[in-house]
Amino acid sequence: MADKEIDAPTGVETTGHSWDGIKELNTPLPRWWVILFWISIIWSVVYWVFMPSWPGLTGHLKGTRNHSERANVERAVADLEAMRADQMKRLLSVGSVSEVESDPDLHLFAMTAGRSIFGDNCATCHGVGGQGNVGYPNLADDDWLWGGKLEDIQTTIRYGIRSDHPQTRVNQMMAFGEMGALTGAQISDLVEHVMAISGREANAAAAARGAATFEIQCASCHGADGKGVQALGAPNLTDGIWLYGGERLDIQKSLHSGRNGVMPAWTGRLSEEQVTALAVYVHSLGGGE
Amino acid sequence: MLNTGVSAKRTNAAVVEKLDVAAVNSAAARTLYKAREPIYPKLVHGKFRALKWALLSLTLGVYYLLPWIRWPRGVGEPDQAVLVDFPGRRFYFFFIEIWPDELYFLTGLLILAALALFLATALFGRVWCGYACPQTVWTDLYIAVERLVEGDRNKRIKLAKAPWTGEKIAKKATKHALWLIIAAATGGAWVFYFHDAPTVFPQLFRGEAPGSAYLFIGLLTFTTYMLAGSMREQVCTYMCPWPRIQAALTDSETLQVTYKADRGEPRGSHKKGESWEGRGDCVDCNACVAACPMGIDIRDGAQLECINCALCIDACDETMKKIGRPLGLIDYDTDKNLERRQAGRKEQIRLIRTRTILYAALIAAVGALILFGLTSRATMEVNVLRDRTPPFVTLSDGSIRNAYTVKIINKANHARDFNIRLEGGGAYQLSTVGAEIQNNALVVTAEGDAVRSIRIFATLPASELLRASGEIRIIVEEVGGGESVTSNTAFMKERR
Repeated sequence: MADKEIDAPTGVETTGHSWDGIKELNTPLPRWWVILFWISIIWSVVYWVFMPSWPGLTGHLKGTRNHSERANVERAVADLEAMRADQMKRLLSVGSVSEVESDPDLHLFAMTAGRSIFGDNCATCHGVGGQGNVGYPNLADDDWLWGGKLEDIQTTIRYGIRSDHPQTRVNQMMAFGEMGALTGAQISDLVEHVMAISGREANAAAAARGAATFEIQCASCHGADGKGVQALGAPNLTDGIWLYGGERLDIQKSLHSGRNGVMPAWTGRLSEEQVTALAVYVHSLGGGE
Repeated sequence: MLNTGVSAKRTNAAVVEKLDVAAVNSAAARTLYKAREPIYPKLVHGKFRALKWALLSLTLGVYYLLPWIRWPRGVGEPDQAVLVDFPGRRFYFFFIEIWPDELYFLTGLLILAALALFLATALFGRVWCGYACPQTVWTDLYIAVERLVEGDRNKRIKLAKAPWTGEKIAKKATKHALWLIIAAATGGAWVFYFHDAPTVFPQLFRGEAPGSAYLFIGLLTFTTYMLAGSMREQVCTYMCPWPRIQAALTDSETLQVTYKADRGEPRGSHKKGESWEGRGDCVDCNACVAACPMGIDIRDGAQLECINCALCIDACDETMKKIGRPLGLIDYDTDKNLERRQAGRKEQIRLIRTRTILYAALIAAVGALILFGLTSRATMEVNVLRDRTPPFVTLSDGSIRNAYTVKIINKANHARDFNIRLEGGGAYQLSTVGAEIQNNALVVTAEGDAVRSIRIFATLPASELLRASGEIRIIVEEVGGGESVTSNTAFMKERR
C-alpha cells in the first residue's frame, strides 16, 4: 500500500495486480453510486423496523407502524360507506321518482349508484344502455310489461319474474301447440289475427277465424282487444314492440312452444337502497311512467 | 531620503495588484473529462451589481408574494389572484379565468414569452441568462449567502483548503442550513400557486396539506439546493439548451458583454507614472476573472459559457477608476462597433433592425390575437353526446326515439336559463325525463361557472320515418336573447 503505482498513459493508479505483464487500473465505482448503495442498505434496515418485512413460521414481522394494506382497504371501504350512509338512508324512504328528482344531490347520487349497479348486474342481459335483446325486454322504451312506475320497477327488481322467490311476479304463456290445446291450423289463424290487430297485412278470412279462437284462449290475459293487461304482465299485441320478435314465424313459435322468460330476484343480493337507486336509474333510461 | 525611497518604491509598484486567479472554465483550461473545479466569485460593486441586486429582489419578491395577492371574484370562487386550480380545473390570473378547453391561451402565452426572449436576445444578448433566469437568480442568492457566512473570495478559498476544524464545520453547516431553508422556501412558495395560499400555509406545518404539496416541496428543495448550491455554472454550460440556441438569435449589432480588445491590448501590468503609450488599457489585474461566476476570462472573447451577467464590467470599472483610465474597457458592445472603431468611424448602437422589427411585429401580432381571443370569447359552450347504446329506441306506437346528453357550460359566474330546441329535417319532438316541454322548448338552468348536463329525447313519429333526413340540430339559446349555440348531430333510425 505504501507505494502507489501510477499508470503513465492514463494517470490512473493501478491495483498492483499483474497478469502476463498487463496491469489492472484501479477504477472504483463512482462515488455517487456507492453513496446510493449505502443509503439503500440503511434504508432497508429502517424499513424492517417500521414496516412489515421478514416472513416467519407463525406469521411475519409486523413492524412498529403496524402497517397492513388489507386493513387499509377495509378502512377505506368503511369510510366510503360512512360517507354514503346519509344519502343511502334517504333512498330508503323515497316514494316516487319525482321526490328524488326534486333533490339534485340525491338524484345525482341515485343515478351514479344506479348506473354502476346496472352495469354490474343488469347489463349482461338488458344491454349497456338498457336496450334489451330478443327475450330480454328493452328498458329504454315506453312499453312496460309489469309497469314502469318507480314502485313497479322496484318490485320487479326485488322479486324477479318467474324467479324462485315466493313473491315473484309470475304468469305463463302456455305452449298451446306442444300441449295439444290448439291445432296447427288454429295457430296459423291466430297468427293472422295478431298480424291484423297489430296493423299489418293479414289474410282476412284466417284472421276472422283466429279472432274467435283468440277470444276463448287469449283474451283472458291479453284482453279482448289484445292490448294486454299490465297487472298480469300480459304484453300488448297491437303495438310495435315485440319481446320475442313480431314476424309470423316468431308469433307462431310463441304460440306453439310458449314463452316464459325468467328474471332472477335481486332482493338479498342488492340492498333496498341499491334497488331504489337502480330503479331510479332504469326509470331515467327513457321509458319510465 | 528615507521618505523619498518609500515613495519611490510605492510609485514603482503596480497600482492594482494582479489577482491570483485562473479562468477554470476557459476553453484552454477545460479538458473533456475533468472534474469540476470550484469557483469563488469575488464581490464587486457597481451599477450592474446594483441592478442585479434590484432584479434579484424583484423577481424573488414576485415569486414569493404573488400567490398572496387577493382578487375577489364572488361567492364560490377562489379569491386568489394567481391560482392553478387542478381539482376545479381552472386557471385564474387576476381578471382572466381559463377553462381546460381554453388552454390554447397558455400556448399563446408561451409563444409570446419565447418571442420576447428572442427580441431581448437580439437586442441585448443573453440578458435573460444574466439577470432573470431562475438559475442565475438563485445561484446569485446562494453565493451571497456563502459570502455572508464564509467571507469573500480569498477567505472562502482559505476555508476550503483549511483542515476540518470546529470553526470550518460550523461555517459549512450554517451555510448549508441557510441554503436548505431557502430551497425549502422555494418549493413552499411553488405550492401556493396550486392551492389557496392562506389555507395551505398553516396546513403545511400541521402535516394536513395534500401529499402532492409535500412531494413538490421535496422535489424543488432538492433541485434548488443541488442546482444553485453545488451544480451552479454547470447547469448553464452543460444542461441548458439556451446557450446553443442564442448564437442564432444574436447578430453583429447585438449588445453583448464584451472586452474591447482594440482598447485593452496589448495588456500588461502598469506601474504608476509609466506611460500609456504603445500599450493597452488592460493592466491584467484579473479582476474580471475573479468576479466571474462562470469561471471564464471575458478577454478570451465571446464564449458559450458567458451568461452576460455583466459583473466583469463592474470589476473592470473599479480597476479603471483606480488607475484613472476611462471606464468601459469591458462593456456592452457590438461586433460592428469594434469594426467601426478599427476603421476610425463613430460608434453606433442600432436597436432598430430588420430582425428586431420582425420580432416586435410578431409579439404585437400574437399579443393582439390573444387579446382578441380573451375579449371576444364566448361565455357559454355546448357539447352534445348522442347515446350510442342503444343508437335508437322503437316506441310502442312505432315512432323512433334518440337520446342525447346536452352539456351546457356556463362560463359566466351567475346562473343563467337556457332554452333547448330541436330543428332539422323531420318533425322531431323534444322530451326529457322529469321536466315539462313548453312551446317546443325545454328551459334549463345552468349554475354560474358550472356545467349543466341534461339528457333529452328526440322522437320521430312513425309517419315521418321515411321522410326524415337523419340530421338534427340542437339549439341552446340563452333565455332573453344573448348567446346561442347550434350543434349539428345525427338522428339514427335504422340499424347499420
